[in-house]
This record gives sequence, structure tokens and C-alpha cells, in this order.
Amino acid sequence: MGTPLINLHNISYQYEQTKALTDINLTIAEGDFLAIIGPNGSGKSTLLKIILGLLKPTKGEVLLFGKPVTQFKDKERIGYVSQKSNSFNTGFPATVTEVVRSGLVKKTGLFHRYPANVDKLVKQALKSVGMDEFSMKNIGDLSGGQQQRVFIARALISNPNILILDEPTVGVDSKNVKSFYNMLSHLNREHNITIVLVTHDVDAVSKSISHVACLNQRIHFHGFKNDMDQMSDEQLEAWYGHAVRKVDHQSEVKS
Amino acid sequence: MIESIFQYEFLQNAFASGLIIGFIAPLLGVFIVVRRLSLIADALSHVTLAGIAGSLYLSQSIGALALLNPLYLGIVASVTGSLFIERLRRLYKHYEELAIPIIMSAGLGFGAIFISLAEGFSSDLFSYLFGSVSAVSRQDLWIIIGIALIVIIFLSLFFKELFVLSFDEEYAKASGLPAKWIHVLFMIVTALVIAGSMRIVGILLVSSLMTLPVAAAMRISKSFKQAILLSVIFGELSVVIGLVSAFYLDLAPGGTIVVTSIIILLLTIFSKKIGSKGAVSG
Repeated sequence: MGTPLINLHNISYQYEQTKALTDINLTIAEGDFLAIIGPNGSGKSTLLKIILGLLKPTKGEVLLFGKPVTQFKDKERIGYVSQKSNSFNTGFPATVTEVVRSGLVKKTGLFHRYPANVDKLVKQALKSVGMDEFSMKNIGDLSGGQQQRVFIARALISNPNILILDEPTVGVDSKNVKSFYNMLSHLNREHNITIVLVTHDVDAVSKSISHVACLNQRIHFHGFKNDMDQMSDEQLEAWYGHAVRKVDHQSEVKS
Repeated sequence: MIESIFQYEFLQNAFASGLIIGFIAPLLGVFIVVRRLSLIADALSHVTLAGIAGSLYLSQSIGALALLNPLYLGIVASVTGSLFIERLRRLYKHYEELAIPIIMSAGLGFGAIFISLAEGFSSDLFSYLFGSVSAVSRQDLWIIIGIALIVIIFLSLFFKELFVLSFDEEYAKASGLPAKWIHVLFMIVTALVIAGSMRIVGILLVSSLMTLPVAAAMRISKSFKQAILLSVIFGELSVVIGLVSAFYLDLAPGGTIVVTSIIILLLTIFSKKIGSKGAVSG
């Protein structure tokens, strides 16, 4: 196991009267490619927002690189691709270059201009997601899958250690989903970027990931993807919220 | 008119203020439009009306305030209104847009009361509503220059942060940007520009100078940089053509400036349509 980068200790969160998360304990180590999966309303996006410091947990503690999230200032070490990026205003008059460059905003700091080599950094980031030919295109003219790649390039430009993605393949057509996950896998293996993503796409993502966390208000399983088979029927039922039957169809998870 | 500009101080004031407003209003307007805050600009202009009307009433009833420039109270009202809008948007988290009609009604309500107390419309108030070529004083011009400097400094310092906030607010917050404070500053600067612009365009038309040139620019821009550049060019064109025609035709400049902006907007819409038809047939 690599160095722990994200530690969640007894995290609970409540939206007014509704419990969203209860006693979450989770450690994400350097080099992990973790998929957080669970049914709708299971608290997946809430958990990501707590990790990012966008929501304050009602109980528990989040450590990023060993520091409490409230004291963690090196936000550029964490790249984030939000679910909202799928529904951004497509009429926004910005080129791909302008969007990717904006990923340097935190690293550059308030009252400073972008560094002199910003164009080179934009090119590198776009190249790493296979979008270097689209640099002068308007962001709204790209397909959903291409836009998501651009948002990943925006997250990568600050050279982060962790990439966090919230439902990244929503709005991406099915034939491009596979190549999208292949690209994430490449970033994880070749660039040693720890990846945490929330998804419904269990089958599509299963080939790329190393770890799985099954979430439905609580963590029902966390471990290597191949060990997911060991989940008992009771665990599966608790995770899905209703009775389920395991069917072995030689899916990627088992491979 | 060129000779007249050099000859008459009021024309120098009007023209210089117009050129400054034609630059800063669309410049800030780009951020207002892409952040979908156009109606907030309208609400703030109505709050400014309350400040102006209040000042005109006070100057009528209190002798010591007779020489008070109404722009000062207009600025105070506009900035206060912007802070109240922010407060209300947080209070009605799930119905943020409610802040706009609340503040707009409050502005118009207070404005109507002060106008009634001041016993109806004076020609001065009319010039605040629709702008005036002759009413811009040297003191107004200095205030507008001051506001322009604040806008330029603010945008130079926070341009990249404002871009991120406008494009993807959640990403901006996740990146650790002080989104709340930048937004509050942005609202205050917007309030200042609205108060500063009204001498030329008038309270009722001020938001149009922040939105119409931007709407035209967005039809044909390929990048954010281009959208800003074209917005400023269209803003300046509207102000110059509007002021010249207002002077020669003896019309309210607010009207002529806005109608010029509308013509530019229509031209961009048609030119894009013709361009895309040409591309299809070609």
C-alpha cells in the first residue's frame, strides 16, 4: 500500500433532516484508482464534496496529505472535475485554451499573472488527454466526451497528485466511454496520479480501477476490485437497499 | 460637433464620461452576462433611483444639502442594494432570483416616495432617468474617472479568478478561491458602474449598456478575449453615435445610445445568419 493521501475518519453528514453519510472510514493511498459506486442518493457526490472541503462534515475528520482539510492550502495538488461540468453553459464564449489555462488559477495565486510558459503547459495538458488539436476550438462546440477531456486537462495543468471526478461519463456517448476510462488508466499508471471517481458505470470502469468502495450512506465494501466477489448477499442487500441476486456473467470485475 | 466639444465644457464632460462609460460598462458587463446576473444590474439601477430621488428631495428640503451631488447618494444606495441582494440570495438559497424583484420593488418604492415628497418630476430627475448631454458636470466626470480606475484595478487583480468563477463556480470553490469575497467585491464594483453610468445613459437604461454590446459580441466571438474586445468596441460605438445623434436631434442620450446598441445587436444577428447560410450554400 502506498502513502495514504486521503484519510476519512468517522465522517457523518446530514442535510437538514436527512442523513446522507454515517461513520465513513476510508483511506485512499498514493497510486490507487478508486471507484466509489452506489445507487442514486447514496451520498457519493456528498462524500467527494467533503473530501474537497466544499461541505463541512457534521462529524469526523478529513485529512489531505496528513493535514486537516480546513488547514490544507495546496489545493493545486488535487485536480477536480465536477459533475456540473457536464451541464455547464455551452454558450460560454471561451476557447479550450482559455478553459485549460484557468486550471492554473490557484497555483498562480491572487494578484499574479499566469506564468510565462502557460501556453506550453496548456499544450502538455491537452496532449495528455489527446485534445491538443482542439486548443482553439470553442468549448461549446465540442462533444460531451471531448469537453470532459478538456476539463481533465484543466485539472491536470497544475500537476496534481490526486484527480477527483464526479460522474465523469454523464453526457459521454457509450462508444467513447471506454477510451475515456483507458485515458484515466494511462494517467494513473504512467503519471502516477491517484484517481478517485464516482460513477454508476460499474462495468465500463471495472477494467481500469484498482479499488472499489461500495457506498450507500455507509461504506459496505472497500478493497481491491477483485475482492468484491467476496461480498455476502447480506452486504449486497444492505448496499443496494433491496434484495439482490449475484449473477456471474464473466464481467470485467471478475477478470 | 468636434469644434463644439472643444468649445463647450458640458460637451467635453459628456463626451469624456461617455467614452469612459462605453469602456467600463461593457467590460464589466461581459462578466455580468456570462454569470447570468443581467437582471441584478437592472435591480441595482432601480435602487440607484431611490438614492438619486432621496438626494434631490433632501437638497430641496434641507438648505445645507442644496449643493450635494445626487450621484453620491445614488452610489451609496446602489452599493447598499448590491450587499442586500447578496444577503437575500443567501437567505433564499433555493430561490436566489427572488432577491431581484425584492430589491427592485424596494428601489422603485422608495424612489416613488421621494419623488412624491419632492412634488413630482423635475427636469433634473428626468435627466437622471434617461441621461443627458448637458447635465454632466466636471464633478460628475471626476467621479466617473474614479469609478473607472476602481474597475480597471479590480479587473486587473481578479481577472483570472472572475473567469473561473464565471465559467464554473463549483470548480472555483474546490480550487480554494475566496469565491464569496470576490463575488461581493464584484457586486460592489457593478453597483459603482451602474451609479456612474446613469448620468449619460440614465437609470432606466443603464443596464442595457452593460448587456446589449455583450449580447452582440457573444454572437460572433470565438473566445473570451474576443468577447471582451468586441463588447468594448460595440459599447464605444453605441456611446459615440448615441451622443452625437442626441446632441444634433435634441434627444435623451440614453435612448439614442440604447437604440444604437440594438441596431448593432441586430446587425451581428443578421451577419451571423448570412454567414452561416453562405457557409451552407458554399
